[in-house]
Parts: sequence; C-alpha cells; structure tokens
Amino acid sequence: MGKWFKSGTPWIWMTGGAVSLSLIAVIGLFLLIGWRGLSFFWPATVYEFSMQNEQGQQSVLIGEIYDQEHVLKQQLIDGGVTGLEDYPESLERFLIKTGNREYVDLDFQWILETIIKGKKVAHDVVVFERTKNGNFYGYIDSIIEGENKLNITKSDLLNELNGRLARALEFRDKEHGLLTGDIGRINNDLDRIRLKQRKLELDGELTEQKITEFKASSDALRAEYLGLENELFGYRDQAKRDSVVVKDMTGRLVTMPLSYILDFYQPNDMNFMQKVGHWFHQVYKFVSSDPREANTEGGVFPAIFGTVFMVMLMAVIVTPFGVVAAIYLHEYAGKNNITKFIRIAVINLSGVPSIVYGVFGLGFFVYILGGSIDQLLYPEALPSPTFGSPGVLWSALTLAILTLPVVIVSTEEGLSRIPSTLREGSLALGATKSETLWRIVIPMASPAIMTGLILAVARAAGEVAPLMLVGVVKIAPTLPVDGNFPFLHLDRKFMHLGFHIYDVGFQSPNVEAARPLVYATSFLLVTVIIGLNLAAIAIRNNLREKYRALEH
Amino acid sequence: MERDLATTLQANKKRVVKDKLVKYGVTIGGTSVLVTLLLIFGYLLYVVLPIFAPVSIEQKQSFQRQDSTPIYALGIDEQNEVAYQMDDQGLLSFYSLREDDLGKSLLKYQAFTETHNITKTMPVNGMFALANNSGEVKVIKPSFVTSYPNDKRLITPEVSFPLGEERFVVSEDKQALTHLSFEMNSEYAGIAAVKSNGEGVFLLLTAEEDFMTDEVVWQQEKFKLPSFPNKVDQLLLTPNLSKLFVRSGNDLLVYDISESDDIHISSVFKINATGSNVNDVQLLTGASSLLVANENGVISQWFEVLSENKREFTYIRDFKAPAEVTSIVPEFFRKGFLTTTKAGDLSIFHSTGETELLTESISKVGSLVIAISPRANAILVADKDVIKLYHVDNEHPEITWSALWQEVWYEGYPEPQYVWQSTSASDDFEAKMSLVPISFGTIKAAFYAMLFAVPISISAAIYTAYFMAPSIRTYIKPTVEIMEALPTVILGFLAGLWLAPIVENQLPGIILLLISLPASVLVAAIIWTNLPTSLSEKVSEGVLPLVLLPILIATGYFSMAFSETLEIWLFNGDTRMYLTNELGINFDQRNSLIVGIAMGFAVIPTIFSIAEDAIFSVPKSLTMGSLALGATRWQTLAKVVILTASPGIFSAVMMGMGRAVGETMIVLMATGNTPIMDWNIFEGMRSLSANIAVEMPESEVGSSHYRVLFLAAFVLFLFTFFFNTIAEFIRQRLREKYSSL
Repeated sequence: MGKWFKSGTPWIWMTGGAVSLSLIAVIGLFLLIGWRGLSFFWPATVYEFSMQNEQGQQSVLIGEIYDQEHVLKQQLIDGGVTGLEDYPESLERFLIKTGNREYVDLDFQWILETIIKGKKVAHDVVVFERTKNGNFYGYIDSIIEGENKLNITKSDLLNELNGRLARALEFRDKEHGLLTGDIGRINNDLDRIRLKQRKLELDGELTEQKITEFKASSDALRAEYLGLENELFGYRDQAKRDSVVVKDMTGRLVTMPLSYILDFYQPNDMNFMQKVGHWFHQVYKFVSSDPREANTEGGVFPAIFGTVFMVMLMAVIVTPFGVVAAIYLHEYAGKNNITKFIRIAVINLSGVPSIVYGVFGLGFFVYILGGSIDQLLYPEALPSPTFGSPGVLWSALTLAILTLPVVIVSTEEGLSRIPSTLREGSLALGATKSETLWRIVIPMASPAIMTGLILAVARAAGEVAPLMLVGVVKIAPTLPVDGNFPFLHLDRKFMHLGFHIYDVGFQSPNVEAARPLVYATSFLLVTVIIGLNLAAIAIRNNLREKYRALEH
Repeated sequence: MERDLATTLQANKKRVVKDKLVKYGVTIGGTSVLVTLLLIFGYLLYVVLPIFAPVSIEQKQSFQRQDSTPIYALGIDEQNEVAYQMDDQGLLSFYSLREDDLGKSLLKYQAFTETHNITKTMPVNGMFALANNSGEVKVIKPSFVTSYPNDKRLITPEVSFPLGEERFVVSEDKQALTHLSFEMNSEYAGIAAVKSNGEGVFLLLTAEEDFMTDEVVWQQEKFKLPSFPNKVDQLLLTPNLSKLFVRSGNDLLVYDISESDDIHISSVFKINATGSNVNDVQLLTGASSLLVANENGVISQWFEVLSENKREFTYIRDFKAPAEVTSIVPEFFRKGFLTTTKAGDLSIFHSTGETELLTESISKVGSLVIAISPRANAILVADKDVIKLYHVDNEHPEITWSALWQEVWYEGYPEPQYVWQSTSASDDFEAKMSLVPISFGTIKAAFYAMLFAVPISISAAIYTAYFMAPSIRTYIKPTVEIMEALPTVILGFLAGLWLAPIVENQLPGIILLLISLPASVLVAAIIWTNLPTSLSEKVSEGVLPLVLLPILIATGYFSMAFSETLEIWLFNGDTRMYLTNELGINFDQRNSLIVGIAMGFAVIPTIFSIAEDAIFSVPKSLTMGSLALGATRWQTLAKVVILTASPGIFSAVMMGMGRAVGETMIVLMATGNTPIMDWNIFEGMRSLSANIAVEMPESEVGSSHYRVLFLAAFVLFLFTFFFNTIAEFIRQRLREKYSSL
C-alpha cells in the first residue's frame, strides 16, 4: 500500500477528481439555472388538496406544488409542531402556491404530508394572471356585463370570456398608448417650456411678451391634456364594463373586473402541444413586457433594453480607446520605462475591484463631471440635477474604463499574431507606417478587435456592483430612448438584468413569488453572456487558424 | 514633369504629416491608459486626504469691546454673522460680525436689574438662567431670525423666553442662590440650585398645554436634595433631567432625579487626576460624558459603563492641555470640545478620536472666553479688550488614524472595541467608523474562498496540464474557464437563495461530502489498480475525470441522501439546535461557508487558468530529462514540474486572492452583512466592497462617512494593486526564465 502511495497513482486520481469536481460545478450550475429558469414558464398542474388538521377541521386548498422537501420530525417538534408522535422520523412537506393573495393570509403555504387527506387534479380550474395581487385560481361561475349576469351555458363561458377579455385588453392598450404617447409628450413639452422660461429668466432676457407666449403655449397644452384625459377615463370605463365571477377554493364567489385581468388559462385541460404553445407564449411575455408589482411579476423588457443600451454605449466608448492603446503598445512603444508602466497599468486596471470603479464613477463622473455639465449647460434645471445624478451615460463610461484592459489585451494578442513580414512588405512598397496600420494591420486584426469587444460586452453585461452606484435603479419609469425630444436621454437612470436579479431576489417584499422570475432572468443573462463568450472564442480560434496558414 | 514631381512631393508631404499625426495620436491614446489609472488613484486620494488634513484656525474679524465687564459667556449664530455676549451682570448684548458694520451693538437685554447668579445650558439648547438676589429665576434664550428682504439674507437677533417671561421662585424664603443649574427638553425643564444656607433644591417644571388657550403652562414641583454636601463648587443638570451632578472639591455626587418621588444619590466618586485638583466639569455633547478639567491641564473623560449589571461612571481617557484649563466648551453636535488655558492657549480636542487636534496661543492677556459656532466652523474669542472671530477648518475631527484602525471606547460600550456603525435611526448618534471589522470581513471571506478554491483549482490545473489527454484537454480547459465569465451576481443569488437553505437543512451531508468525495476517488483508484491489466488498460490515465464524473455524482447524491440519517444519529435530529445548544456555535443561514463555496467557484477559473498555463509551459526538455533518468511521472511532476512552475502557481494564487478580496456581489448576497469579528465559519461578515455598495448611495457627499467609504475603496485599490503587481512581476520573471531554457 505504501508503495502504491509512493507511486503517485492516488495523487493522480485525486487531481483528476478535482477536474471532475470543477466540471460538475460548471455544468451543474448551468443545468440548475437552465432547468429552474425554463420550467417556470411551463403550465404547472393545479391540484386540489383536501386537508384535515389536528383539530379535525376539514379544508380545501387549490394550488400548484411549488416545492417539496424532507424535514426531520425532531426539527418540527423543536419548531413547535405537535401531534407528530405516530409519524416516521422524516416527513415530506409541500410548498403550495395558492395565489388569491388578497383573500388568504399566505399565498405560499408549507403543508405537511400528515394533514393531506386527498389530492386530485382539479379539472376546469382556471388560472388568471392579474395586474395586481398575483395569480388567481378558481372555477369560472359566470360573466357580468355592467350589472347584468350574462345568460349563457357553462360550455360557452370560456369562449365568451376570451372575446370579452380581448376587448378589455384592447381598451387597456389604447389607454397605455395614450399615456406613453400623447400625454407623455405633453408632459415633456410642458417641462421644456418651464425650463426655457427659467433659462431666459436666468439670462435676464425674460420679457413680458415671452411670458405671455409661454403661458399661451402651455395653456394650449393643458387644454389638450384635459381632452386627452377625458378620452383616457373613457377607455378606463369601457375596460371596466365586464367582470367575471370566480369561485375560489373556499367556495366564495369573487367578482373581478376584466380590466385587471391580463390572461387566463386552464393548465389541467391542456394537452402537450397546447402546453408547449403556452410555454412559448409565456417566454414571449417575459421578454417583452414590463415588470409589475414591485418587479415580482411580469416581464423584464426594460431591464433587457437598459442592459443592451448601456452596453452598446459602452462599446462605442471603449473600442477606440482600447484599440488605440493596443496599437500603441504593440506598434509604437519603445522598450522603455513608460511602456513598462503602461503595461502595469493595464494589468492593474483589469485587477482593480469593480466596486472601486463604481466609487470613482460616482465621485468623478457623476459629481464632478456631471455637476460641471449641469452648471454650464443646464443651469435652468438646477437644483434638480440633469447629468449631476447617476445615469446611463456615467454607467457606460465607468464600465468602459472597467473593460478597457479586456479590449487592449485581446487586440494586442491579435496584433502579435500578424506576421511581421506583412508589415515589412507594406513598408518596403513605400507605404508609411500609418498607412500600413490602416490598410494592412487593422483589417487583419479586426477579428481580434471584435473578440475583445465581445468579451468586453460580456463582462459589462454581467457587472452589477459599480452600476449600483452610478445609474441603475429598481424601476425606471421611462426607457433611455423614447419618442420625446431629444429622443436619446443619456441622463436617465436605467434598469439592468444583473441588478434586477439582485433586487428581486434580495430586496423584494415577496421573495417566494419572485424566485422563479429570478431564475428566469439569470438564465437569460447567462445565456447572453455565455453566448457572447463562445462567439469570442470561436472568432479567436478561427483567427488563429488563419494566421497559422500565413506563417508557412 | 516638374509639376508631377511637385504634386507627388506635395502628396508625400501630406502623407508624412498624416503619419506623424497618427503617431502622436496613438501615443497619446496609449498613454491615456496610464493617465486613467493615475486619475483613479489621484481622485480617490483627493477625496480621502481631507480627513487627515490638520486642523487650522485663521483670524477673521475682530473689534474692540466697548465695555470691560467680565464676560460670562459668548455665542454666535449659525451663519457667523451675529455674536452675543452675556456679561457677569446679566446683560445680554448682541454685536454684528458683518464686515460693513462690524462691532455695532444690535440689541441689549437685561433680565433683572441686579443679577446675582447666571448659568447656561448645553450649547445645543443655548439658554441662560439668571437669578436675582432674592432667589427668583428667569430663563432667556438669545435667538436669531433669518429673513430675506431683497433676496439678501438678514439675520436679526432677538431674545426669546423658552419658559415664558414668568419668574420662577426657587427659594421661597428670598434667600439668594449660591449655585444654579438649568436644563430643559421638549417636555420638562429643571432648575437645580443651592441656597445661601447651603440647602440644595431641585425645581421640576412640566409643560402642560392649556386646552382653552393653547398656551403652555409650566407646572412646578419643588424637591429638596437629600444628603446635600456642605461645600459645593458646581451643579450640572443633564438635558434629559435624569441626573444632577454636584461637584464638591474633587468629589462628584451623582443624584438620580429621573423619578421625582425618589431623588437619591446614586454614586459618589473622586474625579481628580493624580496629584492635581479639579477646577471645572462640563458635559460633552450628548450629555453622556463628563469632561473634568484639572489644575495641571489634564482633561479626563468619564462616562457610565455597564459592569456587573450596574452602570458606573468610569474613567475613559484623558487629554492634555498645555496649562491650567480655564474653560471647556463642547461643540454643538459632534463629540469635540475646546479648551482655554490661563496662559491664553486655545486647544481643540475630539473625544472618541482621542486626539488633540490643535493648540495655539491666541491671546497674551489671558482670561479668555470662547464660543464655538453651531456648525463648528468658527470660534468667537473674547479677552479683556477685543472680540475676535476665527474661522476653523475642522471638517472631520472624528476620523483619525486611531479611530479607524484601533479599538475605541465609545459612549455606552462596556470596553474599547472595533465598531463599524455608520448610521442609526437616532438623532444624537455618533457614527462609529472603524475599518477593522470590515477589513476583517474581507480577509475572512477571501480566506474561506481560497481555502476552498486553491486545492481544487491547483490540483485541477496540475492534472489538466500534465496528465490529461490532449484530445479532451481542448474541451475541458475552456469549459472550466468559461465560468470566469459567469456574472457574480448569479453566483451570489444562487449562493444566497439556493445553496444557503440546502446547507442549512443538510449540514451533515455537506460535511460528509468533505470526506466522502476524496474517499470515493481513492476507492476508485484502488479498484482500478487491482483490476486485471486487460481491463485497467482500457482506461487511460488521461481521461480519469470522465471516469470519475459519475462516481463523484453518485457519491454526492448518496452523501446528501444519507444526511438525514446522520442527523438523527449524531445530532438528535436537529443539527442547528445541536450546534447552538451543545457546541455554543452561532449559525447564520447566510454564512462564511456559503461565501467560501460561492466565491471559491468564482476564483477557481482564475487560478486554474493561470496555474495551468504555468505548468503547461514548463519546457518539455526538463520533464523528458527527468523521465529519462528513471523518475516516475509523479516524481517528475513533484520534483521538477511543480518546482519550476511554482512562481507561476504562486502568481495564480495572488491573482485569485486579488479577485476574492474585491468581489462585491457574492459577499453582499450570500452573507448577512453584519460587521462582526469572528472566525466562526457559520457566521457571516461584512466586507469592504459590500459595505461600499450598501452605504455609498446613502452617504452625503463630502461628509466624513463619504470620505471614509472612499478610503475603503482606496484600501481595496491598494490591496489589489499590491497583489496584481506582485503576480505580474513574478510571471514576467518566469517567462524570461523559460525563454532562456
């Protein structure tokens, strides 16, 4: 045995085990996120549990099985649960999502297997997605138009509801369009008039005539606003016309106006293909709609938009700097101390913790640069800051510094792979150095630049800590790009997928309800980032192959 | 022809100029990287430095006094535009400090025609109680009204009466008062006095709103102070009216007056410094601490400390003024105070900063009276002849090297401690900003992460570089490396919401994994060696990880499944209870173990990648030579390869360390972020980076808190700069060495 140990075989096996462990960690992590994130959109079966508690009280619980786990009897007893003497040491416990948040104490309930007396698939049960208070589970009883109950047969109820919900949704769309469109424009215009007036006042050029002009135009806008407001209320009333009466698990009849129902489906009556269709529909809704209820429901569209926009802005800033720095280091820099220092600077920039960039961005960009911009260009808006508060521009700048080393290192690697014979050939033919660079070197290095850019984008998309200081918010009322002048609002705060994960997972009032959403968001983010990285790797490998051929 | 040449030359000239321009442009662009790094460094320093800037004072306005009566007290308004003096005859006079009418008398007020006794409250209250020689007391408050006529600020002084213009009769028998003290809060006011016959009285005034007229009426209750000493030097009331301090020589008697029907002496103790006598006692801002001035210039701080379930006044620390102290003036809101000496020196101290911030001789005449402005940015000084205004530059007195890095004895704490507690709901809260607990948290988190990551990543690097078959290496290396790209927010989220509950519920299983995973690998190795050669040859050493994959997964599964049984066997079915009750170990759900695992995963790819490169680039000639001399593969690895690559491996660990130290999101999400100092693996921590992320958005720009957070960032910056530069340096050296081989 001692000899065997001396031979090193067990150690080799151990090191091999470390590789396996790392692999399990990586792959397991992706599988976990993928499974949890994607299964959230699958319509879960809704069960009806009949329960009897210790006192003999009977009750019914309708809901999805959200989670289940084993607990030891001793822990339950320590926690104050009584009457478990006759049960085995280990018990099963289910987490039931019951929905109907406004009618129950807890919309997620842990129930112990000991009190479940029966469980069956609840046919005909309908799941309603609502604008507030989460899902509602129940059986449709009837439909009401205004005050009158519609006289239709049970079998027609669903079709009728579908039609009427489509009508209500149409009005809500109109309402939403009005709010973000015309009314948003009017508010924006009013604000601009106010700022213009203030600017003239500050410059001392505000005349009586101007004041009347401003007043006239803002009055006109206000009048227009009043008209639109009436239209808005009209849509709202229209949407509120119909209601649906639903019987919940306690047998209570609940009347819900269609104006706050978003969607409904019958998970237990779907066949497989319908479920697949529903899954895609839910995924689409997730990526395309706005979040609701403090981000615990709804989609993540603004976060996707914010992330992409910020990252694009960052890419525009970082690419020229990174490429120029790399060209300098590889093509121009002499072997002197300055070059050495620059190399140390690059290495250190990539090693400095991201939160330090956040602190720097907040202090330097936001307060100093932004504050000065406000003083110079937007004095009329003071004391409320325009660029002097965290925003998407500062986030992009901060992350540009953070990702600068990534672009430099990658570009330089690309430059060093270009055979020097090519450069020399070009120079020998009479081209200047800059022409050689522009015509020969940069085009050949462009895949490497691309690789660097992709890696930088991937890094920036996943970075959260600095953004928490320089511009990201929980809920941004408006996107950084919209239809109001000047269309691109670089001073606005934005939402971000990574921060969304942190915020919803850790700061939300209903963590249980939000958890699957966090997994889904994580999956989205991981997919994007891993995709970008794989693309970068593929481009790099491709490039290597190409130059290998050139070298021979 | 000539023209052609000219155009060519012209064109070439353009090209040359262009070439030059590009050269300069690129050079500037390249150096901008260095500039950026220096900018970050410089900017952080620029924000941090003011907290270490020395305190300075600068004389501004001064004017001659019109009278020469001794001054009892001075005061100044918030904008440093109007000053007042209370002379020892009870005459209150306001003067202008504005440049245009400097020294002009603005208002005079005399409460009694003949004032016998004056006392002042703490600076925050800013009131005076005056007594005439028949024992009647009146309370006045110099106040300032700010108005904006013509958009210019104008401050007008006025005298207000917090208790109404009524006189309170303290001694019914018309005796004069020898000593007087007054304090009030929103509900109560209290007057303590010593009558000329030596009797101590306490008058408690309770505000009652007359519901007919809405006027406040003060209900009076009078108490005789029991066992009152014969000789009294000073009376001091606390603003919350819970204590009355009576100084009799070097003894201090503390009366507990919080229950009006049970006024008693709660303690008596000596307060003088060894070999000296007390000449003044004052309350420090917040009225929890006593500042005792001694004749030899020593000022000692005392406050109540809980020991053996009893709160006792305890000597905390002392400060040294250059000569005998004549007065102590506490600041309005901070825990700083000023002293004057007989020789005319002014000193500024900060109590918890434990520092003398400034000492300067400001008068030759002596008998100085000073006042500090509410914002602590100016000091008013009066001697016999002149009144002078000094501007004070003392923004961050509480942040000193010792307050940041050493144990500080804060008011209300049983002993000196390292505390980070920057904000609180309470108003008279003193921020406690010791960087030690959060630096400790950073190191703790990094330590557990490295404990987890280093063995796995380096073993994996060794195997991948040295033993693995090249065909699978091309896939496995990038797979592990891609984990570096995984956003840490996702690792943090999984750690906090997925891993933490699992670890909490299945702790025995997790601990079992530590043993069962290596054991299963060994068992697999033994079985493989003992297999008949025909079978064992089918598995080459290069693909071991693939063989071990299912074995490890199965072991992991069975370990977790075995967890419950283990829990019942060993821990009576409830591990958490067992840990807390039997072993006395606190258990937080989000603890260092979770951080260690999650952050370990975050740094594994960093270490793995660099270490693998280092091992892989060990020249083949070395290994070949070793093998040719008869060494086994393992001997070659241990004696040649690892030794040669060790600087590279070290640099990999440094890089990983740098990453672990600066990581924010994982620590933020996977721990409870409590700034405790304990190595317990089952408790959390608060790291520098997480602390910045949590507190930075709420801190006020330019405040001490803001600058200390910048300091934390600066510390992180230096930390990682250090690790990265060392790692890079070593790597460069290694590269040079290999190229010569």
